[in-house]
Amino acid sequence: MRALIIERKLTRFAAARLASTFGTGRGAGLGPLRLTDREAPRDPGANWYGVTPLLSGICGSDLATVDGRSSQYFEHLVSFPFIPGHEVVAVMNEDGVDAHGRPLTKGTRVVIQPVLGCAARGLPLCPACEAGDVGRCQHLTAGHIRAGLQTGYCADTGGGWCEGPMQAHASQLYEVPETLSNDDAVMVEPMACALHAALRGSYDQASVVAVVGAGTLGLGVIAAINFLDSTNRRPRPRRVVVGARYLAQQRIARLLGANDVVPGDQLIRAVRTATHSMVVGRPNGSTPQLAGGADVVYDCVGSASSLAESLQLVAPGGQIVMVGMPGKASVDLAPLWQREVELVGAYAYGSEHFGEETAATFDLAIEMAGTMELGRLVTAHYPIERFEEAIAHAGMAGPRGAVKIVFEPGRKKASTQEGGPR
Amino acid sequence: MSPRPGFVLEVDRSTPPTLLWHGEAFKLQKLPLGTRVVYAPEPFAALEDPESAIRAALENPEGDQKPLSALLHADMKLTICFDDISLPLPPMAAPDVRQMVIEAVLDQAAEAGVDDVVLIAALALHRRMTEPELRHALGNRVYDAFAPFGKLLQHDAEDPDNLLYIGKTDHGEDVEINKRAAESDLLVYVNINLVSMDGGHKSVATGLASYKSLRHHHNPKTMRHSKSFMDAPASELHSANWRMGRLIKESGVNIFQIETTLNTDTFPENFKFLQKREWEWNLRDRITFAGASKALDAAPHKMARNILQGIKSPHALRTVHAGEVEAVHQKIVAEVWEQQGVAVEGQTDIVTMGLPYICPYNVNSIMNPILVACLGLGYFFNSYRGAPVVRKGGVAILFHPTRPEFHPGHHPSYIDFFEQVLPETTDPTVMHEQFEEAYATDPWYIHLYRTGHAYHGVHPFYMWYWISHALEHLDKVIIVGGDPATVRRLGFHPATTLDDALEIAKDTVGPSPTITHLHTPPLLMADVTP
Repeated sequence: MRALIIERKLTRFAAARLASTFGTGRGAGLGPLRLTDREAPRDPGANWYGVTPLLSGICGSDLATVDGRSSQYFEHLVSFPFIPGHEVVAVMNEDGVDAHGRPLTKGTRVVIQPVLGCAARGLPLCPACEAGDVGRCQHLTAGHIRAGLQTGYCADTGGGWCEGPMQAHASQLYEVPETLSNDDAVMVEPMACALHAALRGSYDQASVVAVVGAGTLGLGVIAAINFLDSTNRRPRPRRVVVGARYLAQQRIARLLGANDVVPGDQLIRAVRTATHSMVVGRPNGSTPQLAGGADVVYDCVGSASSLAESLQLVAPGGQIVMVGMPGKASVDLAPLWQREVELVGAYAYGSEHFGEETAATFDLAIEMAGTMELGRLVTAHYPIERFEEAIAHAGMAGPRGAVKIVFEPGRKKASTQEGGPR
Repeated sequence: MSPRPGFVLEVDRSTPPTLLWHGEAFKLQKLPLGTRVVYAPEPFAALEDPESAIRAALENPEGDQKPLSALLHADMKLTICFDDISLPLPPMAAPDVRQMVIEAVLDQAAEAGVDDVVLIAALALHRRMTEPELRHALGNRVYDAFAPFGKLLQHDAEDPDNLLYIGKTDHGEDVEINKRAAESDLLVYVNINLVSMDGGHKSVATGLASYKSLRHHHNPKTMRHSKSFMDAPASELHSANWRMGRLIKESGVNIFQIETTLNTDTFPENFKFLQKREWEWNLRDRITFAGASKALDAAPHKMARNILQGIKSPHALRTVHAGEVEAVHQKIVAEVWEQQGVAVEGQTDIVTMGLPYICPYNVNSIMNPILVACLGLGYFFNSYRGAPVVRKGGVAILFHPTRPEFHPGHHPSYIDFFEQVLPETTDPTVMHEQFEEAYATDPWYIHLYRTGHAYHGVHPFYMWYWISHALEHLDKVIIVGGDPATVRRLGFHPATTLDDALEIAKDTVGPSPTITHLHTPPLLMADVTP
């Protein structure tokens, strides 16, 4: 089968890193990613099923990997060579069962919850997996499959950037309702991340929430806050203030329910006025440190500068939720210490709790993708042989008015679909 | 030789290009044939002995008020309030008229043995003045005699301990003013009546008021019904101030009003060509114009701004009256119109105006885009009596670079207004209802207003309300040479040249519009016969 693979070749990682200094996604041509013909991954064992990807998204962590910019922290949490692609809507190649033990027939559309937790590895459940918090699994490098924190980073399972088949464990499979389009469905995984992140923030109805960055995750957090409110699971905060660099992002942020949407460089001003905050020092044209600020800041970028900005925005005793994937960062943490700010990671998904109700994040995300028609965030479909263009498009999504770029492995080369987010 | 009155020139083939301000620059512009150019009257003669004239005014009060000397006694509480940095424009060369008047009042107070004297800058919601600005307005002698002892204050409209609630007018308007001024045995107010809008009851009822009081007349509805606010009988802004002023008087506040007019000798010798009629320019004028305009064009605009902000005007005291508020003001307004009024017959489809580097709210500061709008559509547009020079549904064409620049210390809330309010709405009523209160009560803006040199948080709204009448009256506003994105943010149309602007205006006023150009500064008031 044809697949895009990433191999462990240090020279290619170095070349990609160099190329990416000219723009995100520029590492696709020179780096570790290449198109190849290879054997389909073997069946790892019981409760694993063959599925064929219909669509597979390109996310920020994929771009970081392709550009050789991923943190070295992940080095031992992946196994090479691997087929990327963890945002996957696929079709069952055989009968199977889903994460809830319900039967799935051949031909059923599914989305894959990509974390390779204890169940997928054939291990007794660790405390986190036992609690349903698979994102916090303690056994990501053990069991009968090789290391890999998710499908799309594991040499044994395959990933979504191929013409199939790939392997998925029953614990990873969620049936796609008939009412969801493939575009809606491919947004389920990133929206599950956004939902989980939104719920990691401890806002209430009196809070002012700031969102730094309005790519897929930033927009997802805004949508999640709105979704949780509209389904009576958690009331929305008093104001959601968003810094969005590009006009298309600003428009969508408003559509998804943000109260105040401003250009990224105006976010501190907007948060200050929304919170009636004082400012440390006198205004002199430089970016100020707020004396008060937002109760919760969602950093949906994950860079040193976005974390520094989040520290300028967050109120004393407030919370910064790191939603975007960070790496090594040099940031002055004095305000975190002096203002007793809580820095919270938000990775993947698990079980979410609302009073008496407990729900898998993925089930909530499927519901959210449908009710909020999140397929409209999918901007372009590419066949896998045009991966360099697709990666470049994803790397320049903001300036090109795009949000989510996806591979459509079955698509003919000449029929790339492109348009703005709807 | 007596000064020549203002007049209206009709541009023909022999008319030389007209001088046009463009922010921190100026240029010569050929105006379309048939354009009416309104020129200000020449500056009236200065008083030969201003000190004597001031003393005479203090001892010969207008209306129902005693001479100042009869109002002063040893154990009294005396407060002298004065207009702030917004007047005059440009700032006048020393000695400032405030200094001359206040020194005369203080001399009399000293003779009467008055010890409890406090000076208060009547800021309303304007920024606090700096020490150099206060020294310039008052002179070193007055400053040094009062400031070190805490006797030179700046009105603080956000200090509840130093505000006194007077009551409500018969229109339900709250009147709350500076407590020290209100509780004094005598309140002397020293005005510079640069334009006919200034002075009268507006001095105390606005200059010493709180936000709670000001909001009753600084709002879109009042501004739309002030046609214009240079013409008090037709100005709801003034009607409200008069109601408030009369209530203040009835409450027992004894006001001794001093109003002054300056002549319109606006520019110093090196820039004199700026106030001359172009066809009368001599060789020196042509050379200084060429040199100055080239230098300003070549200089970084911050440097050009500093050069122009450094201009001290040779304005001279022309008249002074003192006594009861309304009687004094009536005389002064007539004298302002005498100096600045120009008879204009009928309206045109288009009004054009070159906007200079300065307006009341950017002295020693930056003319930000909101102030550009205010200067053109608030002040110049409203410089009329009878009817605007441009017809209802007409077009205003302004010349200004309109850069998205702000002074962060003086205009902090303007930046947020530009970034957060204008993208949402340019409708004064909508912003009044949806945004004003949040800005007016923002503790950071209040802090900066009270302790720094910032205009009050609500001030950019007031500047926008100031243009309400123009926005309602005009079909289109075009800014020539302005930063396009900034001009669009204001809700106006950008144009690169006058021809371009006339092309844009064509769908509103047709291919052969009538045009009036306001050749100002020097200041002029169009007395328009509709």
